[in-house]
Amino acid sequence: MKISKAAKVFLYLMMGFGFSFIYVPLLLVVINSFNTNTSFAWPPTGFTTSWWGKAVVNEGVKDAITRSAVVALFATTIALFLGSLAAAAISRYKFFGRDTISLLFVLPIALPGIVTGIALNNVFTNFLGELTIFTIIVGHATFCIVVVFNNVAARYRRLGANLEEASMDLGANRFTTYRLVTFPLLRSALLAGALLSFALSFDEIIVTTFTAGAGQATLPIWIFQNLFRPNQAPIVNVVAAALILISIIPIYLSQRLTQEKSN
Amino acid sequence: MALIQIRSLAKSFGTSKSLVKAVDGVDLDIQAGEFLTLLGPSGSGKTTVLRMIAGFETPDSGSILLNGKDITNLPAYERDVNTVFQDYALFPHMDVISNIEYGLKVKGVEKSERRKQALVALEQVRLSGYENRKPSQLSGGQRQRVALARALVNRPSVLLLDEPLGALDLKLRQQMQIELKQLQRQVGITFVFVTHDQEEALTMSDRIAVFDRGKIQQIDKPAAIYERPKNSFVADFVGVSNLITGSSATAILGKSGTYTVRPERITLGNVASGQRVANGVIKEVEYLGPATRFLVELDTGISLVALRQNTSQSSVDVEALRNTKTTLSWDISSEYEVAG
Repeated sequence: MKISKAAKVFLYLMMGFGFSFIYVPLLLVVINSFNTNTSFAWPPTGFTTSWWGKAVVNEGVKDAITRSAVVALFATTIALFLGSLAAAAISRYKFFGRDTISLLFVLPIALPGIVTGIALNNVFTNFLGELTIFTIIVGHATFCIVVVFNNVAARYRRLGANLEEASMDLGANRFTTYRLVTFPLLRSALLAGALLSFALSFDEIIVTTFTAGAGQATLPIWIFQNLFRPNQAPIVNVVAAALILISIIPIYLSQRLTQEKSN
Repeated sequence: MALIQIRSLAKSFGTSKSLVKAVDGVDLDIQAGEFLTLLGPSGSGKTTVLRMIAGFETPDSGSILLNGKDITNLPAYERDVNTVFQDYALFPHMDVISNIEYGLKVKGVEKSERRKQALVALEQVRLSGYENRKPSQLSGGQRQRVALARALVNRPSVLLLDEPLGALDLKLRQQMQIELKQLQRQVGITFVFVTHDQEEALTMSDRIAVFDRGKIQQIDKPAAIYERPKNSFVADFVGVSNLITGSSATAILGKSGTYTVRPERITLGNVASGQRVANGVIKEVEYLGPATRFLVELDTGISLVALRQNTSQSSVDVEALRNTKTTLSWDISSEYEVAG
């Protein structure tokens, strides 16, 4: 389709406006992390790396990052295992209630986090007695499974059953077929699902609020708790800036992986 | 003893409320070394029979014997049969030679030995030099050949082919028909070939089993299927039906029942040699190159198709014959009674 030059310029301007609405504030966070002024007044009064230095040695930050990483890692592992098994079952076998089960699998991502959080909190405090890092992991796994499930189920749909039939026809049993044919073809979908699930878990705050015990702050919770303490605010800025940079990587990778396969 | 013996095979799909009998009591003996075609319209059950032989579907009832051994409930990977799929189903993450080696690899054949056999198979399908290509870098016809080589390298008792030429264009398809037939003679493996294309079936097969609504309507040599169709479905599906029935049968043939005459046996205009004669009007004329096809509406109400070989005289201005009166005639031995 041919677009006139004026229209093109206009569309680019609109796009620029939209993007700047999202990305300028993020850039501001990064700039402020080097701002000498602790109240973040604009324009910055001077350049300093001292906040970064302080953040790196801050015990609370270190503790929160470690916890978030551990939670995201375990939640993603659970999600990979259960999500890919569920996707295989629903994509490859016919059984009673398949459509209902498929819906039940996807539903948690549509449920408001606060509802999931309250529900899990009720169950955990009543039956387990206390909230631990384990309860955070389970809470996160509820939505991480959906991400992996969706990615893998979509790949199964696109692959069709023919390749697995061909493999078995050539003498490979189910296990060998999975090892030599199914898994290699699912690999990039699994990786994309894992990266996305890791990223989701890493910055989740609502469900975490209700499933984390006392002294079990994950990074987002730590940020939220320290945001309004004047002497901590500069460090929060540094952490936020670092998070922006770190979270770009998995999202970028997961997008590249899914694109590569589609062409 | 037949290589494959199929007895009372049945398979339904769907829920108990809307049950579709895909295969409804099929008995079939497949002889060693023959080229058997399962021919029928879509939904006639031919592919389901093939998939049950391969082991992708479990029959509701009945049995399948291969070399006298009951394989009805064996998983696909324990059957000595291989399949060429309609969309080829080549493994996209492996190159051509790894695709062909796959069957030998999972059976534990040693690496240098399986490479040797795979290269021979690749040569058999005339694709030497393509071993390191990925399936996505091949044309449709080349993929077809890789799929063939991948199946044949295992030297199965039976090769199953599920509409393997369906995705190819006409020219390539005709070429592959000849190649497939030659390959089958060369390797001596039993081929069971599924198609809905009656010309393809007539050209390639030693025997044809015509399927309709989950049942075999007729199984015989191609000439017998074409010349002596058992019922009106076979007559109609294999070629042009030209059914003469009811009052037309009484008026033209002087007897009741349903009869068929193949278009090329009907003479247009010339009554000298004909023993059956019917008058009518030419409604349609189709110039086909080697021959011309006429659709003639008879005075008795039915329409018959007649085929006339083109000669330098007859082929000029065939269009002018449209809507002119004509007489059709055929030898009495050309008409054949079919079951309604």
